[in-house]
Amino acid sequence: MPVKVADRATAEHATQPERRAGTPPPRWRSRKAKGLAYAAPTAVFVTVFFLLPLLLVGQMSLSDWPLLAGDRGVNAPENYTDITDSSLFWPAIRFTLLYTVIVTVVLLALALLLALLVQESRPGAGFFRTVYFLPGALGLASASLLFWGLYSPTTGPLSRILEGLGLVDDPVSFLGSPTSALWSTVFLIVWKFAGFYMLILLVGLQRIPHEVYEAARMDGASRAQIFRSITLPLLRPSLALCLLLCVTGSLLAFDQFFILTKGGPDNSTVTVVQLIYREAFQRLNLGTAAALSILVLAALLLLNTLQFRGLRRADES
Amino acid sequence: MGSTAGPRGHIRRLVAGAIALLATASLVTACGSDNDGSGGGGGKAAAGGVDDGTKLTMWTRAATRPQSEALVEAYNASHENKIELTVVPTDDYQAKIGAAAGSRDLPDLFASDVVFVPNYTSSGLFADLTDRVDALPFAEHLARSHIKAGTYEDKKYVVPHTLDLSVLFYNKELYRKAKLDPDKPPTTLREWDRQARAVDALGGGVDGTFFGGNCGGCGVFTWWPSVWAAGEDVLNEEGTAANLASSASKKVYDTYRGWVRDDIVAPGAREETGTTWTGIFPKGKVGVMPMPSTTLGLMPKDLDLGVAPIPGPDGGKSTFVGGDAIGISATSESADQAWNFLAWSLDDKAQVDVVAAHKDVVARTDLASNKHSEADPRLVTINELVAEGRTPYAMKFGQTFNDPNGPWLELMRHAVFGDGKTVEKDNDAVTASLAD
Repeated sequence: MPVKVADRATAEHATQPERRAGTPPPRWRSRKAKGLAYAAPTAVFVTVFFLLPLLLVGQMSLSDWPLLAGDRGVNAPENYTDITDSSLFWPAIRFTLLYTVIVTVVLLALALLLALLVQESRPGAGFFRTVYFLPGALGLASASLLFWGLYSPTTGPLSRILEGLGLVDDPVSFLGSPTSALWSTVFLIVWKFAGFYMLILLVGLQRIPHEVYEAARMDGASRAQIFRSITLPLLRPSLALCLLLCVTGSLLAFDQFFILTKGGPDNSTVTVVQLIYREAFQRLNLGTAAALSILVLAALLLLNTLQFRGLRRADES
Repeated sequence: MGSTAGPRGHIRRLVAGAIALLATASLVTACGSDNDGSGGGGGKAAAGGVDDGTKLTMWTRAATRPQSEALVEAYNASHENKIELTVVPTDDYQAKIGAAAGSRDLPDLFASDVVFVPNYTSSGLFADLTDRVDALPFAEHLARSHIKAGTYEDKKYVVPHTLDLSVLFYNKELYRKAKLDPDKPPTTLREWDRQARAVDALGGGVDGTFFGGNCGGCGVFTWWPSVWAAGEDVLNEEGTAANLASSASKKVYDTYRGWVRDDIVAPGAREETGTTWTGIFPKGKVGVMPMPSTTLGLMPKDLDLGVAPIPGPDGGKSTFVGGDAIGISATSESADQAWNFLAWSLDDKAQVDVVAAHKDVVARTDLASNKHSEADPRLVTINELVAEGRTPYAMKFGQTFNDPNGPWLELMRHAVFGDGKTVEKDNDAVTASLAD
């Protein structure tokens, strides 16, 4: 693009040979300057709030850096070799992966179902779209606190409601066992995000031309066939975006577990990011926390690259 | 990049200017925070500090909010200096202090759970108060366990702010219903067990007892006194080794495990992370449980409750002398003014008219009996316990005992919700964390 702009500018310049000294500089230069001026705030922002902190984290990960005492100099590679000393490290990785798989599958399946339900503009569709999307407007921390209150066996109403309806006999312990804590959290996340992913898929669905469906129907394709051979393939870009967001988000899960379970019961729901938090603010060791962060960053970069590559290949085929 | 003249050069100068401005700003802040600490220990100012209308900042944790608020309100009403109090959620307090210490943004005054104080003194977060504290006419009467926790390399850094003792609360009305003598609270763990079971047998939503079963801090606060009451210690003197598999400890775990097994505990104990554990007793459906003394003033007026010391397996009594100690941050530039608040908060008037009037434990042993405690015998019970209680000392306290993913909570849960057979092994893990 810049070549074209420059060409046109040069052409304009050529048609004004009589320009006197002291007149404003050629338009293409001022355009470039404007471009730079527009980009500068973002560039400064990215540098100050992303690049510099990233460098600092890198430096921290190579240093003995207690939270309260500050930098005590380089101790590389101790922080990295110390990571696997924690008995929580491998269980946290295992749990984070398990959680990511469960959430991604459940969330995307439900989001697709909801999108298909409200896809067409019938009376009431707008109402349901809004209802499904509403939980997404809440902050994750607020939503987690809300569910923590609902689940609480001492103050929460949920268990009592279930008892009142006769669905259960004893108080339900939503966060009391490893399995129930995991699924209670998954439920919260699905409730919170299904509407958001539904929205992305809905946009994708509405981009599929009606003619394609009509042609398929003329050819006598069944509903299942249409879904499998038309809807799904044409929806792939939207699904890919959802997948990427969902996997990345789940791998970085923190708020919901921090508020609902604090990694419990019995350390069964400790995620990788919680380990970072624990290193920094419970064990007061910024060095190992930074080393873990760098590791997570590298893993995410790798995963996203692989995902992108996989999706691009799928697109090409 | 091309020539430096023309509009691009202009932009570059602008950017350079902005960067220079930023750099200057950070330099100024750096300089500002560099001339730190020096004001902290100086004994030049009057022993009572300076009251000249300075605005002071102060942080405390939510757990001791009512006490801090009462003191700050009374101080602001009677002084030129004004304190702006910020209350931080208890669970986030350590993280907040740590982050602020890292960026040198600590307030003038900050209180801390007394068990974390050694962490802060050894990291140099507090200003040295030795001369100022020693100059107080009542210095020797200040709660000794708090002063001890705040002494590092023979220098004193904190004074007691709010004392929070673990004591038994029991519901006299439920005791009467269960045909128990409401004037005879348990004096041994065995009696406690019997009484809790008797109340639990009433049924109808009434439970014998309650505890925070997923809360390491709660376990430390409410279980350890029973061990101390038996004359045993839970940590070594330096706080580097645990003795949590002793015979008295095991008797305590066994009793709690029995309550869990036989459903004597109110629902939710297994999940209780410490956020709501003090909210169960005031509902009036629990017979007898350990509670923080600071909640006495917050109990419903119509709840007929008695207070008793936490007993050991075969008698004895003890308490965890917790609560908050407070110091002046090393980076404060208003140390004299901040000391004015601290000195005032410990004098007779503030201790009796604010602290004791609020049914709280006074920070001075010479004021243990005062006009308010005389009117409420429960306060005498609590105040007298200060001398019998302990405050454990360990540098790695938080990450060993308060960390929700730490080794002590594992020990607690294995011992009480499991079969209790891993106590020795778990005790080793606790020691490893303390010595880390």
